[in-house]
Amino acid sequence: MGKIEWAMWANEQALASGLILLTGGIVGVAGQFAGWQFAAYGVAAGVFVCLLEYPRGRRAKGTSVERTGQYCLTVCVKAFGPITRNYYVRAFLHAALCVPGGFMLATVLGCVCLGIASLIYLLAAIRGEQWLPILPKTETREKPRESIKEPPQNPPPRPPADLRRKRLEDVEGAAYVNPIPVTGSED
Amino acid sequence: MSNWIINHGLSAFILVLWMGINTFLFVYYYLFYDHGLQFLYTRHIVGSGLSWARAPAAVLNFNCMLILLPVCRNLLSLIRGNFTCCGRSLRKQLDKNLTFHKLVAYMIALMTAVHTIAHLFNMERFNNSRQGKGDELSTELSELGDEANQTFLNPIRSTSTTPTYVVFTTIAGLTGVIITLALILMITSSMEIIRRCYFEVFWYTHHLFIIFFAGLVFHGAGRIVRSVKTTDPPHNISFCEDQPANWGLIPQCPIPQFAGGFPQTWMWVIGPMVLYLCERIVRFVRYMQTVTYRKIVIRPSKVLELQLVKAGFKMEVGQYVFLNCPDISQLEWHPFTMTSAPEEDFFSVHIRVVGDWTEKLMSMAMACAKIEVPLPHFRIGVDGPFGTASEDVFDYEVSMLVGCGIGVTPFASILKSIWYKFKESNPTLRTRKIYFYWLCRETHAFEWFADLLQVLEREMEERGMGSFLTYKLFLTGWDQSHAAHVKVHFDKDTDVVTGLKQKTYYGRPHWDNEFTEIRNNHPTSVVGTFLCGPEALAKTLEKKCAKFSVVDPRGIKFYFNKENF
Repeated sequence: MGKIEWAMWANEQALASGLILLTGGIVGVAGQFAGWQFAAYGVAAGVFVCLLEYPRGRRAKGTSVERTGQYCLTVCVKAFGPITRNYYVRAFLHAALCVPGGFMLATVLGCVCLGIASLIYLLAAIRGEQWLPILPKTETREKPRESIKEPPQNPPPRPPADLRRKRLEDVEGAAYVNPIPVTGSED
Repeated sequence: MSNWIINHGLSAFILVLWMGINTFLFVYYYLFYDHGLQFLYTRHIVGSGLSWARAPAAVLNFNCMLILLPVCRNLLSLIRGNFTCCGRSLRKQLDKNLTFHKLVAYMIALMTAVHTIAHLFNMERFNNSRQGKGDELSTELSELGDEANQTFLNPIRSTSTTPTYVVFTTIAGLTGVIITLALILMITSSMEIIRRCYFEVFWYTHHLFIIFFAGLVFHGAGRIVRSVKTTDPPHNISFCEDQPANWGLIPQCPIPQFAGGFPQTWMWVIGPMVLYLCERIVRFVRYMQTVTYRKIVIRPSKVLELQLVKAGFKMEVGQYVFLNCPDISQLEWHPFTMTSAPEEDFFSVHIRVVGDWTEKLMSMAMACAKIEVPLPHFRIGVDGPFGTASEDVFDYEVSMLVGCGIGVTPFASILKSIWYKFKESNPTLRTRKIYFYWLCRETHAFEWFADLLQVLEREMEERGMGSFLTYKLFLTGWDQSHAAHVKVHFDKDTDVVTGLKQKTYYGRPHWDNEFTEIRNNHPTSVVGTFLCGPEALAKTLEKKCAKFSVVDPRGIKFYFNKENF
C-alpha cells in the first residue's frame, strides 16, 4: 500500500459533494422552497465542483486509473496551471464554495460534505501532494538495440603471422597454445 | 445456457428474490401511507411526500438488516461447514458475500437519497403550513397542539423558524443528517481505487458504520410521523375534513388527537447487530489464542514461508487466514492463502513482500535469522480459516486447475492434499486425473512452487503414477534471451527454467487445443475447471467450458469455478 495519498480520497469526496450539492439545488429550485436562490447557487456550484473534480489526478506511486471520458476535462483543468495543481487553492476554494449552501436545508448536506472534502484537501496539501494530469504517454521511438548477432569487429587473438607460418623443419617447436580453447569439429 | 443455469442460477434467484422483497416493501408501504385514512390530515399538508418518505424507509429497514450479515465471515464459515449436505451451489453463494454487501449498500444509498429528498419537501411544506401559507384546513391542522389538551400533527411548533433549524433541533433531523454524512464518507472511501491502494483509509472510515447504526436506531425516537388516534367519541375524518371550523363544536367532529408511529427500525437491525458483535468477539478470541512457530523459511525472491501451529485449527484446501502482527500494527489484518494441506499437522503461508506490512514482517524475520534465534519471538494472531470453493476440487473425476501468477498459491494446498489423499487411497477423492496449468509472466517469486512440483513429480515417478498429474507451465513474459537460452539447452532432459521434467511453454495457452485434448482423453467424464486469476481469463474459460460441454448426459461436461481473493 505504501504512503497514503489523501488527495485521492479528497477527490472522491469532493466529486460526491458536488453531486449532492447539485441534487439538493435542483430539489430546492424545483420545489420553489424558501431561499431557492441558495438552491440555484447550489446547482451552479455543484456543476462547477463536478467538472473540476471529475478528472482524477495522477498517483505519485503506482498506476493511475482514469475515469471514463476524463481526457477533455483533464486538458481544461491542466490549462489553469498552478491554480488547479495546488491543493491549498482547492482546499480554500471548496471551503468558500460550501458556505452559501449552509443557508438552506436542501443544500446543507452538500455544504457539509464539501467542507469535509476541503479539509482532506488541506491535509493533502500540507503533505505536499499535487494534482498532476493523467495524459497518454507519447511514444518515443526506441533506438534499435545492439544485436548480439553482429559479426565480430576484430579478428580473434592469435600470435604474429611469422610464428604461425608452418615450419616443416620443426613441427614440435612450431606448436603453440591457443589463447582461446578451440574444439575440433566432429565430422 | 444450461451451464449458465448451473453456475449462476442460484445467484440470479437470490437477486430476484431480494429485489422482489424490496419492491414489495416499497409498494406496500407507499400504498399504506397513501391510502390510509389515519394519514389523511398529514397528507393534506405534505401531499405525497409522506408516502415517498415512508416507502424507502421500509426498504432501508430491510437492507440495513441485511448489510451486516454478509460480512460476518466466521458465521458464514460456520454455515458453509454445516451445509456440506446441501450441494456446492448453495455453498458457492456464500462466496459472493462481498458482492451482495456492495449491492445492498447501493440500495441503501439510493433509498437514502429518495427518503431525504421526500423529507426536504415535507419540511418545507410543514413550515409553510405552520406559517399560514396553506388553506384553511392546513392552517387549522398546524395550529392543533397550541392549546392545552391538544396533540400536535405538525412537528414544527414555532411559527417563525426555518426548516434547517427544525432539522438540527429534532432527534430525527439531527440523527438523519449525521447518519447520512457517515454513509457518504463510508461510500467515498470504499471506491475501488481507495480500497485497492489505500486500504487503511477504507477500513478505518468504514467503522463509521457504528455511528450509522447508532443513529439509525434512534432516528425514529422523536415519533414525528403522526396519524389520527382513535378517540372516544371518534373523529369522523371523511365527514369532518371539509369543515375544520366546526371541530370541537359538533358531535361528529371532536378535536382530533394525534400520535406518532412507534419506532420500528431497532426491531429490524438488532438481530444482525448482535450477530456482528459476536463475529467481532470471535475474531478477538481467535486473535488471543496462541500461535506457535514450527519453522520459518526465507525463500528466494522475497518470499517468506511461515509454518504455524495452533490448537484446534482445522483447515480445508485452498482456504485463507487473516494474519495480524501486533508488533507491526495492532489493527491491521491481512489475508493469506494457506499453502499447506489439511493432512499436515501444521499450516503454512507463503508471504510475498508487496507493501509496508509484509516488508516489515520480512525484515523482522531476517533479523531473527541473523541473530540465529531458532524461532521468532514476535507474536502473530490468526483468524480463520475462511473458505472458498476449492473444496469441490476432489469431487470431480477430472480436474482442470488454472493458476495465474500469484493465483497459483491455493493450488499448492490443493495439489499437496490431492497427493496425500491419493497415497492413502482416501475414498473422498474422486479425482483420477489432474491437468494443472500454471501461467505467469516469470517464475520469479514462485521458485517455491516449482520446488513443490519437483517433489511431487519425483514421488509420482517413484510410485509409477507419473500419469496422474499433467502440468504445463506457460511463461507469458519471455524475450529473446529466454528463447536463446532454451535453444542452446534444447536436448536436456529437464526444463532449464524450472528443472521440471515437463517443458515450459512460452506464450499463452491455446485453450481450444487444451480443451479438445481433455475431451478426447476423457469423453464421458465430469470435468471441474478451477481458475484463480484475472477476470478476462475467467470469461474465456467460462465460454470454453460452455462450448466444449456436450449436451448428451453421458458425454463430457465442463463446470467452471472461479476463486476470489
